[in-house]
Amino acid sequence: MDDFLAARSQMALSLGFHIIYSCIGMVMPVFMAISHYKWIKTQDPVYKNITIAWSKGVAIFFATGAVSGTMLSFELGLLWPGFMKHAGPIFGMPFSLEGVAFFIEAIALGLFLYGWNRLNNWVHWTAGIIVGVSGVASGILVVSANSWMNSPSGFDFVNGQYINIDPVKAMFNKAWFTESLHMIIAAFSATGFAVAGIHALMIYRKKNIAFHTKAFKIAIIFGAAAAILQPFSGDLSAKNAAKRQPAKLAAMEAYFHTREYAPLVIGGIPDTAAKKVNYGLEIPGLLSFLVHDNFKTPVNGLDKIPVKNQPPVAVTHYAFQIMVGIGVLMMLIGIIYFYELWKKKDLLSKPWFLKTFIWATPLGFIALEAGWTVTEVGRQPWIIQGVMRTSEAVTPMPGIQYSFYLFSFIYFTLSVAVIFLLKRQIQMVPELYDRKTA
Amino acid sequence: MMLYIVILFLFAAITLYFLLGGADFGAGIIELFTSTDNKHRTRKIMYQAIGPIWEANHMWLIITVVVLFVGFPVIYSEMCIYLHIPLLVMLLGVIARGTAFSFRNYDAIKDEKTQAFYTHIFVYSSFVTPLFLGIIAGSALSGQIDPKATDFVHAYIFSWFNWFSVSVGFFTVALCGFLAAIYIVGETEDVDEIKRYIRKAKIMNVAAVICGSLVFLASHFEHVHLANWIFGNPVSLVAVIAATISLSVLYLIISHRRNRQWIRVLAAFEVCMILISVGFSRFPRFVIFKDGSSMSLLAEHANSNSIDDLGIGLMVGSLFILPALGYLYYAFKKKER
Ligand code: HDD
Ligand code: HEM
Ligand code: HEM
Repeated sequence: MDDFLAARSQMALSLGFHIIYSCIGMVMPVFMAISHYKWIKTQDPVYKNITIAWSKGVAIFFATGAVSGTMLSFELGLLWPGFMKHAGPIFGMPFSLEGVAFFIEAIALGLFLYGWNRLNNWVHWTAGIIVGVSGVASGILVVSANSWMNSPSGFDFVNGQYINIDPVKAMFNKAWFTESLHMIIAAFSATGFAVAGIHALMIYRKKNIAFHTKAFKIAIIFGAAAAILQPFSGDLSAKNAAKRQPAKLAAMEAYFHTREYAPLVIGGIPDTAAKKVNYGLEIPGLLSFLVHDNFKTPVNGLDKIPVKNQPPVAVTHYAFQIMVGIGVLMMLIGIIYFYELWKKKDLLSKPWFLKTFIWATPLGFIALEAGWTVTEVGRQPWIIQGVMRTSEAVTPMPGIQYSFYLFSFIYFTLSVAVIFLLKRQIQMVPELYDRKTA
Repeated sequence: MMLYIVILFLFAAITLYFLLGGADFGAGIIELFTSTDNKHRTRKIMYQAIGPIWEANHMWLIITVVVLFVGFPVIYSEMCIYLHIPLLVMLLGVIARGTAFSFRNYDAIKDEKTQAFYTHIFVYSSFVTPLFLGIIAGSALSGQIDPKATDFVHAYIFSWFNWFSVSVGFFTVALCGFLAAIYIVGETEDVDEIKRYIRKAKIMNVAAVICGSLVFLASHFEHVHLANWIFGNPVSLVAVIAATISLSVLYLIISHRRNRQWIRVLAAFEVCMILISVGFSRFPRFVIFKDGSSMSLLAEHANSNSIDDLGIGLMVGSLFILPALGYLYYAFKKKER
């Protein structure tokens, strides 16, 4: 494995790992705060138990999210010093603010976790809310940093020099809103479905039904609502990407030749050499419609982009198909949930219903990883779109593959450890929380 | 002007990380050197003392990194290139420590075997992390980083693997242990415990003095003019003298076992003085190279817009953070209801 590939793989691995923990760390506190609120209002001990059980999960995820995030802030420099040397001051604004948000989050989490029996109920509750709000704020901020890489602004690039730097403009670049919006919704839908799925499994196995039913309901309301909004926000993202990164859009759609009535290709196997897609389903005009709101206007294809500036088409296309496929599926499940809720059916006694959610447990996270693959691989070969190539950014130190192997091992071990711990949390629910608590 | 504010925040973050994070590492170091029969008790006190705040302590490191890469990107990227390996090891330590600590506390089933496993990871990584932090700091200042080196070993290994850096590493470990022992003395009420921790603090202090002498010895081998740095300018000299005096006062108070809050303040003061002494003598140089050239905080900074925004961000941020942090510490000083 050469050093460049190793560096990219290590970065992708670390981010792919971090994103799972950070999304859970961002959304779970919100769920926790809601159940806490219900407990304070109704004094129903089940809600207190849910809050405590979730807060332990949050602590585990937070720690893993925090250490993997710390890794990332170093890895940006360890792997991409050429990038950070120039980009640091330009896109650093969201990172500094993010630092502030994290700090507040960590303090509030400390208060929340250790505050039972120490703090006044409402102060305690507020601490939980602050954890959630600052988590979401950091998510938005860090994604604006990433969106700057897709849509660089706030500086002029003249003769290889970065001048007239304006960090605030860089933060509010053209992509920040659509990307952050889509990301936050994704975090809610993925976490909501995952949490709901686990509780559905427990209901299905007829364990501690009172506990798991209440937990399921809190999680799924958010998950389903977010899943329904997601495709709309995705459409905004795609329109935005088409404007700023036509190469990415073309790779997502595996769309090789510019033409009128541009078709949307569903599925298929892109053949980059022959510049066509085999076995795909083409819907004429739909891509034109999605990008330009009319069926005729041509959409720029890969033929408009010099080969050396084209991203890997197959990976981007497959990842996009996975994300959109899952997105549509999750939206349907969300609609079914709300429909049945509206009909006031007793859903949770129906095995098919529970099974659907059990199967849907990992879907959101798969879509999340796929979505990032679209964004990041679709930006290649650029690390800063149109300004700096990824290969110019990589560290000169040789031997990165060993560091990549090491990291793969560590992330693998950590994932196993977290799954192990969660299993034990769930295993202990009957003993810890289901005695007729007073 | 804003540049100086940013630099002030940088040094403040480093110092606070050293003090608070250091006490936190030290907790693990002490656990490592505690006889098995006392381990249980030690762990309980540690947990009470650092549990609520360890996550916040860790943030000072992140602030340091962010200030470096936003404000001093060239320094940050050069350090990342030549000190890649020690940074990596330190990071592995941070990961292992953080996760082991929280897994140990939040594992729903607390059986002996897994607890012992987490503890193992926790204590060893508590040792490795500050060791490598010290090595990194030592290497930045030791003048062993050689951008002209052409082979791997000289460019990426000897830049940090040298007598001076490594002895600074051990010195850091000893100081962390010392800080932790002192911190915990102020935390418990039990007279026996206090005695035990005072003894531990003394041992760690002796260790620090030994390692400190090693640093001086090594500086001689590596041609680092440490004595010159410290005694060569008045501020550093005064700082070192203040550190020595505070240490003696500390011993006086300890041996009379009076006001325990003062012990903490003095210990923190002593460590600050050591940092100030070295920091001031090197300022504004942050990284020194083998050929005697250096990277200065006053020269290698980002453009003025970024520095201004960073400075404002830090100032506004601290308006939120400091009161919140104060409240956190305060809330846990109160007893459980
Ligand atoms: C639960 C996860 C999830 C789901 C169901 C979807 N997405 Fe997504 N998508 C993401 C999670 C995600 C993501 C991982 O969060 C990304 C990566 C970067 C970002 O901002 O969001 C993303 C990126 C992303 C991009 C690239 C944006 C860019 O590069 O700026 C587009 C065009 C879409 N999405 C479009 C869609 C559409 C049309 C969906 C319809 C069903 C959809 N996404 C469902
Ligand atoms: C957490 C969500 C993210 C995921 C899952 C993710 C995923 C990836 C992937 C898959 C790659 C490799 C692409 C390739 O080499 O073909 C990559 C590269 C990279 N990403 Fe991201 N990314 C995320 C967010 C971010 C953010 C927020 C930043 C910076 C602010 C960032 C910075 C980079 C950099 C510097 C590279 C290296 C260049 C490259 O190899 O493409 N990423 N990321
Ligand atoms: C899109 C990608 C990302 C999202 C949505 C995201 C979001 C978050 C969130 C919500 C947290 C809080 C941890 C928790 O609650 O569990 C977190 C932690 C952290 N993230 Fe990320 N992050 C992303 C990528 C990155 C990148 C690229 C970096 C570094 C350059 C980074 C640096 C950090 C750091 C340092 C922490 C630890 C903060 C702490 O100790 O609380 N993150 N991230």
